[in-house]
Amino acid sequence: MWTLDAYHLARAQFAFTVGFHIVFPTFSIGLAAYLAVLEGLWLRTGRQVYMDVYQYWLKIFAIVFGIGVVTGLVMSYEFGTNWSEFAYRTGPILGPLLGYETLTAFFMEAGFLGIMLFGINRVDKRLHFAATCLVTLGTHISAAWILASNSWMQTPAGYKIVNGVFEPVSWLHIIFNPSYPFRFAHMMGAAYLSVAFAVGAIGAFHLLRDRGNQAARVMFSMAMWMAACATPFQIVAGDALGLNSLQYQPQKVAAMEGDWAAPEPGAGEPVVLFGVPDQQHRVNHDEVTIPHVGSLYLTHSWSGTIRPLDAFPPADIPDVPVLFYGFRIMVGLGLLMFAIGVVSLWLRWRGQLYDARWFQRIVVATGPAGFCALLAGWVVTEAGRQPYTVYGLLRTAQSVSPVLTSDVALSLGAFAVIYSIVLAAALLFLLRLFAKAPVSHEAGPPHVPQRAAGIMPGPAGAILNSAEGTR
Amino acid sequence: MSTVLPIIWAGLLAFAVFAYIVLDGFDLGVGILFLVEHDKQDRDVMVTTVAPVWDGNETWLVLGGGGLFAAFPMAYSIILPALYPLMIGMLLALILRGVAFEFRFQATSYGRFWWDIAFCGGSIVATFCQGLILGGLIHGIHVDGHAYAGGPPPWLNGFAMLCGIALVVGYALLGACWLIWRTNGRLQARCRRRAEWFAAIMLGLIGIVSLWTPLLHPEFTRRWFAWPGMALTSPVPLLVAVVAWLFWRALRKDHEVMPLLYVQAWFLLCFVGLGISFYPYIIPPSVTIWQAAAPVGSLDFLLVGAIVMLPIILTYMAYSYWTFVHSKVEPGTQYH
Repeated sequence: MWTLDAYHLARAQFAFTVGFHIVFPTFSIGLAAYLAVLEGLWLRTGRQVYMDVYQYWLKIFAIVFGIGVVTGLVMSYEFGTNWSEFAYRTGPILGPLLGYETLTAFFMEAGFLGIMLFGINRVDKRLHFAATCLVTLGTHISAAWILASNSWMQTPAGYKIVNGVFEPVSWLHIIFNPSYPFRFAHMMGAAYLSVAFAVGAIGAFHLLRDRGNQAARVMFSMAMWMAACATPFQIVAGDALGLNSLQYQPQKVAAMEGDWAAPEPGAGEPVVLFGVPDQQHRVNHDEVTIPHVGSLYLTHSWSGTIRPLDAFPPADIPDVPVLFYGFRIMVGLGLLMFAIGVVSLWLRWRGQLYDARWFQRIVVATGPAGFCALLAGWVVTEAGRQPYTVYGLLRTAQSVSPVLTSDVALSLGAFAVIYSIVLAAALLFLLRLFAKAPVSHEAGPPHVPQRAAGIMPGPAGAILNSAEGTR
Repeated sequence: MSTVLPIIWAGLLAFAVFAYIVLDGFDLGVGILFLVEHDKQDRDVMVTTVAPVWDGNETWLVLGGGGLFAAFPMAYSIILPALYPLMIGMLLALILRGVAFEFRFQATSYGRFWWDIAFCGGSIVATFCQGLILGGLIHGIHVDGHAYAGGPPPWLNGFAMLCGIALVVGYALLGACWLIWRTNGRLQARCRRRAEWFAAIMLGLIGIVSLWTPLLHPEFTRRWFAWPGMALTSPVPLLVAVVAWLFWRALRKDHEVMPLLYVQAWFLLCFVGLGISFYPYIIPPSVTIWQAAAPVGSLDFLLVGAIVMLPIILTYMAYSYWTFVHSKVEPGTQYH
């Protein structure tokens, strides 16, 4: 089934590049929001520790954001290089959405990022805070547009098809397509949680080394608040998205559940805790199930049923093992994070949050949990759209470019090499930064261009110089 | 309306691509100049001059790609597969040099050596690929229906290679002129000298490319060398000469900002010349902008956003630049 043709190689390439990319903007979304909150608290309370935590994570942000930008650039061209038929047919719908993303988000992020990273000594404090907020807003607007595009591919609406090309009929229906609100909420929750667990892990790590480190306490405490508040939200949002998928993409949900055939009448849907799905024979091997639980969360009733996989032609269902395992990894990690949030509340209530070293060790270990759950969830939703690029309307096999297999193979190899180098270096530098404890009067990102010795000429220079004088 | 909208969009896209060329051009050029600038302190200063602005510069490339996808999906779906290896090569090179901005400051001295190579090599490869893309597009892409028809790679020929080399020299020139403006002392003096050389070479290359282009398609020849087209086309080379004279005068008189502006004017003239050759095609000589255009519903929806957002974008981009360019970057003071 898996031959090395341009189609499969292009799929592998897109999965690899988007899977690599998605971690970084998600990190940026959550981290930008965290930085905005920190700077706001600093301005409000005047406590240096907030600025220290801000500067500590700003250095991380500079690296993460940069990788997000350059790997994102790839995505905006990859539609054309590898999926030109898809691009030709969906360009009139998806093109403007991505165009709006650039116009309303990317430029705003890029325009104020320089000030955010290097401008703390160059502009007024409040103006700097405004820059942080605008970068944060940019990351969120960007997510709003890209998820609208992605959701449209999952649950297309507001279009007509003219000579095989999707043309817009109602932009309101295109943007606010049926799965969009749920997917957006779930993705935002994932971004906030991923960053909360990363920040919590670093805070916990430095607390374990020095219980008195104020900055580490602030990180740990704030992260645990976020973990406790956002995990319940995330579970509710995930449930809502699942119900939405059940309505619009039934075979995706059936594959997530490993539900090959309808249960006996009245037995309800069991939940398959574990099993080995077999796509060829259309059964699960070695499955461990609990009766009725599937009905409870899928249909919110005791004996409700869903359409099983055997109700669909074999050519119309996604790769079941990928969805089945991906979904279990995501939910398992989600429940783990939920438990950590609950325990943190209990410890906080007992006044032991900063003393429970066993708990801090667990939090260090679960630092990557949010990102792993995010990737697993992304695989479930994207692989679950297969075998279509535009769900039910345009098959992935009909979306591919007329390019040489050798070209795609070569570029896939080149991507693998370059991305591995970038990832290895990024991890090295990030871990090196994380290994340093946050200190009082933490320095910002390196290569801060300092003010020149001379006085700059011109009226604007006079204004800026006098502004500097008044601070 | 449907005849005007594609023209408006072609203009907007041309603007985005031009903005990309003259803005990212100078920061790619700074990377190219790593070839001849080896001193660590000078390199730090060079990177620091572009660190706060390169990301915004590169965003114009996203707008160019996204805009082509939105407004001319057919052209997007033909050009990108046709120039597949160049697109991938450019993107990978931009990744390497993009991360090198941060990584070279994080790395130890040994690691920095490699990230400097990544920054310089990435800048050169990305630029060369962009030149080849341009050359391939001018040379001609075979089209079948709404798709790329295959055949010999349109970029594997002397003309495209020449465009690639010309663009590397052109960006190096932009980079040198940017550094004349943004730096002081010996680095600035060296850039001034180099700018003269690069400018001389670039003028020569522009001349060769300009004479070669009309010979590629009869359509181009008619436009450039026959009445009434000549009335429109003949001022372009004249203006190139005028700007060349102004450029050398500015350089000799130690102007700091003007050389950069004159080089950008050069790029603008080349761009206008290209526009004269191309119009009304987006992929000469097979696909016109009307054939490639998205339906009206897509064009006018995004046009509203462009009209509202572009002035705002240009305003805060200018503000962001102003925050960082109002004083020179001094050696040794760039660390906190």
